[in-house]
Parts: sequence; C-alpha cells; structure tokens
Amino acid sequence: MAEESGNGRGYLAERGWRSWAYTMDHKRIGVMYLYTTIAFFLIGGVFALLLRLELLSPQARYFSDHAYNVFFTLHGAMMIFLFIIPAIPSGLGNFLIPLHIGARDVAFPRINLASYWVFVAGFLVVIASLVSPMDTGWTFYTPYSAKTGAAVATLSFGIFLIGMSSILTGLNFIVTIHKLRAPGMTWHRLPLFIWGMYATSIIQVVATPVVGVTFLLLAMERLLGVGFFDPAKGGDPVLFQHFFWFYSHPVVYVMILPAMGIISEVIPVFSRKPIFGYKAIAYSSLAIAFLGFLVWGHHMFTSGMSPAANAFFSFLTFFVAVPTAVKVFNWIATLYKGSITFESPMLYALTFIFLFAVGGLTGPFLGALATNVQLHDTYFVVAHFHYTMMGGTVMGFFAGLHYWFPKMTGKMLNEKVARIAWALIFVGFNVTFFTMFIVGVRGMPRRYAEYLPKFHVENVISTIGSVILAVGIAVMVLNFIRGLRKGPPAPGNPWRALSLEWQTPSPPDTGNFHEIPVVTDWPYSFGKAKGPAA
Amino acid sequence: MDNILAFGAASAQAARVDAVFLMILVIGVFFFFLTQGLLIYFAVKYRRRVPDRDNETPRITGNPVLEFIWILIPSIVVVIIFYYGWRVYSDLRVPHGGESEVYVNARQWMYEIKYPDGRTAINEIRVPAGKPVKFILSASDVIHGFYLPDFRVKMDAIPGRTTTLWVQPDRPGEYQIYCTVYCGTGHSNMLARLIVMPPNAYAAWAAHGEEEAGEGREHESLAARGERVVKTAGCLNCHAIEGKVKIGPNFRGLYGSNVPLEGGKSVTADEDYLRESIEDPGAKIVKGSPNVMPTFKSSLSKGDIDAVVAYLKTL
Repeated sequence: MAEESGNGRGYLAERGWRSWAYTMDHKRIGVMYLYTTIAFFLIGGVFALLLRLELLSPQARYFSDHAYNVFFTLHGAMMIFLFIIPAIPSGLGNFLIPLHIGARDVAFPRINLASYWVFVAGFLVVIASLVSPMDTGWTFYTPYSAKTGAAVATLSFGIFLIGMSSILTGLNFIVTIHKLRAPGMTWHRLPLFIWGMYATSIIQVVATPVVGVTFLLLAMERLLGVGFFDPAKGGDPVLFQHFFWFYSHPVVYVMILPAMGIISEVIPVFSRKPIFGYKAIAYSSLAIAFLGFLVWGHHMFTSGMSPAANAFFSFLTFFVAVPTAVKVFNWIATLYKGSITFESPMLYALTFIFLFAVGGLTGPFLGALATNVQLHDTYFVVAHFHYTMMGGTVMGFFAGLHYWFPKMTGKMLNEKVARIAWALIFVGFNVTFFTMFIVGVRGMPRRYAEYLPKFHVENVISTIGSVILAVGIAVMVLNFIRGLRKGPPAPGNPWRALSLEWQTPSPPDTGNFHEIPVVTDWPYSFGKAKGPAA
Repeated sequence: MDNILAFGAASAQAARVDAVFLMILVIGVFFFFLTQGLLIYFAVKYRRRVPDRDNETPRITGNPVLEFIWILIPSIVVVIIFYYGWRVYSDLRVPHGGESEVYVNARQWMYEIKYPDGRTAINEIRVPAGKPVKFILSASDVIHGFYLPDFRVKMDAIPGRTTTLWVQPDRPGEYQIYCTVYCGTGHSNMLARLIVMPPNAYAAWAAHGEEEAGEGREHESLAARGERVVKTAGCLNCHAIEGKVKIGPNFRGLYGSNVPLEGGKSVTADEDYLRESIEDPGAKIVKGSPNVMPTFKSSLSKGDIDAVVAYLKTL
C-alpha cells in the first residue's frame, strides 16, 4: 500500500482548546489520555521519591509516620487508578485500535469523549479528597477505612467515576473490534496488540462494576452507618477483601495484557521476522483474562480463609503462569534467526522480557502456600509487583511510546538520548527493586514508615537506585519534549512495519484512511516471502 | 538446616518452608538463565550486520511440537511447586495436639497477651522451648498482622473473628514479631517479641512472675520501676520520650505542662491528670491526637501506675 499524502499536520492541524475539548477523534482523545496519565505517573513518582527519602533513615526523620502513610497511599492510588490502568488501554489503545483494524474511528465516538471527561471528573474528585488525605493504602482495607478520619468516601467516589470511564472505554473497544474491522481483517489477521486490548476490555467491563459497588457499600457504611464491613456494625471486614480483589486481581491483567500486546508488535518489526506462534499469543491473552477471574483469593492466604479454600486458590493461581510463560517463549523464539536492530522501542521491549521474567519467576514464591505465608505483606511482594508492573507494564508502555511517537506526533525522537535514558532506567530500576527482594526475605514488612536498623543498608541502596531511575525518566521525558518541539519530521513508516497504522502519513489525518483498506495478509509477514507482503 | 538462607530458621518447620523456598529458587534461576540466556544469545548472534538482509530472514511462524512442549513443561513444574507448597503449608496450619495456648489481642498499636492461668503482658510473649504453642488471635479495632519471620509464619488478627497460628519453638532466644497488615499511623511501631526460654527457666518464671528476672528489685526506686513499666507495657509504641511526636504526646516535659485539649480547653498535667490518662484515656483527649489509647486500669497494677507517674515526673 502506498503512503498516503497528508497536509503535514494530519489530525493535529486544527488548533485551539475547543478543537481538543470537544473532539471526537479517537487519536486526539488518546493523546489527551496520554498527557493526563503521564502527568499522574510523574506526580506518583514524586511521591515514591518522598517515600524513598524518608526510608533513608530507620527512624522518622523528614516526615511524620502519618505523612509517610499518606504518601504511600497517594503513590499507590495514583499509579494504579490514574496511570497504569488507563495509560495503555485508554491512551495508546484509543489512538491505535481504529488505525490497527482499518477503521475511521471507534464505534461510539461520543461515548469515547464522555469517558475522557468522566475520567477528568474522577481525578478532580480524587484531588478534592486531598483536603483530608487518605492514609489507608490503595487497598482501602476495612475496617480501618471505615474508621479513619480521612476522606475515604470522597476518594472512593472519584475512583468510582474513573471506573465508570474504564467501563465505557472497554465497551466501546469491544464493539469497535467486533464491528469495524476493515474488509479482509479477519480475527487471525488482527495485530496482537488488538488481541491484548480485546481481552483487557472484557475484564474492564466485567470486573470494574464489582469494585464500583464495593466502593458504594463502603461509602454507605461511612455516611449512613450501614454495617457491611465494620464488625462493630455487624459487618465482615474480610468480605471487603473478597470484593476488592475480585476486581483488583483481574485488573492487573488490564495493566499487563496491553503491554504484552505492544511487545508482540515491536519484537517482530525489529527482528524482521514473523511473530512466532501467533495463535498461542492471541489465545493466551484470553486464557489469562479468564483465569484472572478465578485467583483473587491468593491475596488473602493469611486472612483466615480455610486451608481448603487456600489450596484451591493456590492451585488455580499457578495456571496463570502457563499462558504467561508461553508468551515469553514465543517472543524469544521470534528473535531466532532474525535480523535484529536495537532502536529504543526494541531496547524497552527486550527490557520488558528481562524484567518481567524476574517478576514472573518470583510469582511462584507467592503462589505456593508455604512460602506465601512467609513472604506475604513483606517487601518481597513490593519487589515482585514492581517487577511485573513497572518492569513489565511500564517498560511495555515506554516501548510503545518510543515506537509510536513518530506516528502520533509526526516527529522523530533523538535516538541517542533515548538510549541514555533507557540505560539509566534499567540500572536504576534494578538497584531500587532487586534489593527489596532481599530485604523482604529478611522479613521487613511493607508499609513501614520506620524500620529496624538491621534493614538500613538495603534501604539506602534502594533509595540510591530510585534517584538513578528518576534521572532516567527525567531524561526520557525531556527527550519527548525536545522531540515534540524540534524533532525532525517523521516519515510515514520509519520502522518499516506492516500493520495498517504505518501505511498512513505521520501524523495520520482525521478519519485515518482516505479509503478503507482491504486487508490481504496478516501484519507479520516479514522475511523471505512466499506470497506478497501486505 | 541452620541458616539455609543466611537468615536463620528458628524451628524445624521453618526449615521446611526454607526448603520449599530453595526449590522454587532453583527452578526460577534455571528458567531465568534458560530464557534470558537465549534472549541475549539470539540478540547478539542475530543482530543485523548487513543492512539489507531483511528479506532473507526465514519465515518461521510457529512449531506445534515445540509449542506443545513448552506448554506441557511449565504445567508440570507448577503442579509440583503447588504440591510442595501446599503439603508444607498443611502441616504448618494443622496443630499436632498438646500445644500450650497464648491469647493475643491486637489493637492500635500494641499486642495484649493473656496466658490461660491469668498472667498478662504487653508486647512480650514468653514460651518454653521444645513445646508447641498455639496463638489465639483477635483484634479490638482494625485488622492487624502477627508475623514471626524467624518461624516463617504469619496470620491476620481480625476484629469479630478468632484466628489461630501455632509454632514449635525449638531453640531458646528472642524473636521479633511484626504487624504486617497496615493498621494506621503507628503500624510500623507495632512490634513485639517472642521470648523462647529454656523449660526450667520458663517454669521458674511462670511460678514467680516478675521476680524471676527482678534481682535487686527490692531496692528499685519508684521512678526506676516506672521506667521499666513504660518500656515493657508498650507505652513507647505510641509515645516518644522526645523528638518527633508519634501518636500521643511526648513524655519529656509533659509533667507540669499546660496540655491543650480537644474542644478548646486545656489542663495542667499534674499527677492526677497523668493517672487519669492511664486509667481512662478517653476522659480528656489531647488536641491533635487520636482517641485510640486503651485503658491500662486492668493491665497495670496500682503500684505500676504510680511508678509510671513518678517516672514521668523525672522527665
């Protein structure tokens, strides 16, 4: 397909705030999501640095214990609800889904815009809750959250709105992927990012209402005194944990599946080889989404569940490992006999596999009952989920940002600076979080404002790592800003990829395609062609 | 099995948990080096050397046999890991009978200990070595954790429920207890100790109470006794002597000072105010402090409370 001619600024041609606030263009909505979520990523990161600063000393030195507790709550809540859940699905997903499947927009552009503004309303309410900042941890465990003086009802209403936005987006994407695929775009020609987004959208639609209802019950308990979770009012505090994790476990797959989709896009392009085991990767996303609904109990092995229930949840938990391992094997097999180059998207994609392997292989320690009882609620868990969520999802997000930056902005990034940032992030990340495995095995509990002096050395090392990591992220963000302002114009297809979005000019025009393309091949036909490549 | 992970297992059960840990570690390290070794090997070996060799890469789209094998092997491995984790856990959870019992009530931010014979303590549990002990856990306010890292076990203490945890303490020594479920401002100060004593020393302590360790106590001044009570009764979990305020007011300079109360009034911290604040802490709430302190009327004797007041006067 020949590159289509554009006016040079594509969908970005129109200027002025109205052209953004009222836009129904999925690309602009995606970009607004990206700006918003990246802003919260940076704010959440500042809270993380404040935590690391306080942990330089075993005793409270810079902040009170209460302030520390507020900081880790805000760090967790912002990173989870305002960054990592919406960033890839609502940001990159919005931008890419119609382009990937050969559509002009999502199925319901108005609902799409509404979902963004509901999200904005949600984070404004979350910010309003700072008048009496939350100190419950992002998990809101009852009965503490039913008793504390913090603005729990306000914050949970904000997250309720964000959840609503998430449901609207998921619904929109499911319909879009079913109904708006271009002629010839069969299910098995879909880019794997779309499979990841499809599985994600199903989880968002099915699981999010549960957490919405849970937060409503919590608000009713606090405001009206109805006893659901507080034993003093006749409620059951462990019930809250069941409700909470019934959403919050599946939602970790909302975070990771789209990132895995990005990796599946990047690896073949930079290896110049077809993806290995397309169907296995596609269906493993659905398998992970399905299994993800059955394993929430593994967050509660010490919450007084019966040993039989614990055994059941432990057994099922282990089966999430199988489709996950299959993906990793397939990505590595894709490299075999490739012609590999190491531009920044590929560096982040390989980093994803490396760090996610650490996160994934430390999972069985927590899935196995005997070791879970030892390690639960220690820094081992903190290290594990940062390796999967930051080493995994965030690295996948960074891979996607570097990969699609030319398409979204029409500008190229400075590759050299991007690699410096990558190296700092890689080193800083491992120094920060690998030490947490060690301190966790040694018994240091999480969420401790003060700690015993025997954990001092590890905490200092971890803080040093966090500074390196922060510098790396700062360099990356500055490179984005510089690229936006001064980057050389990007060609339509700088990475010589085969998926449909690269067959449009950079940036694409409003409406994406002059003519809806007719798809004749899948997007991974690299290498010695038997038939014509798309 | 000592120091299997360089941090010391305090019981045979703990060593069994360490064995599961070690097994998962070996499997994990093997698969890490297998997969990441291949990743790095392929990345180096198949890096692009000739710019336009692109279309010479083979079009490999999959290999059913290979894919079947790498679904099968992880499936078998995870079942094995599950099985050993579950087996060891089951043995850890189900007591073998013959345990002595200790009641532990967790509250913000201390552990109240009760022995079946009526003895009580705060933040300190004494048990004889070699005899299994069952902790019967409850909580007064919010969920707390009861974590014994040296024994590799923990259990949540949940208000409105009773949970249990048992260990077989083989070796005398002092072991750290942490709260592991976030429970509010004082969470990270909610520490306690498990003291495993040689059986005869324990028997002597159980028969004579405090006198066992109290050599020279007959000449102990009232303030010195108060200092000892403040250190053992958990006061310092929430009150600092000086420096950064924890939960409640600092002790240094408290006596004789003018204490602002919730509601705008204030009170002079005299002997009677100090005594009342220990026996009925909710009577006067210090401005800015949460009303979470439990009464110590039953857990401290009249003599101990007088001693604490005497000690506070010296600060």
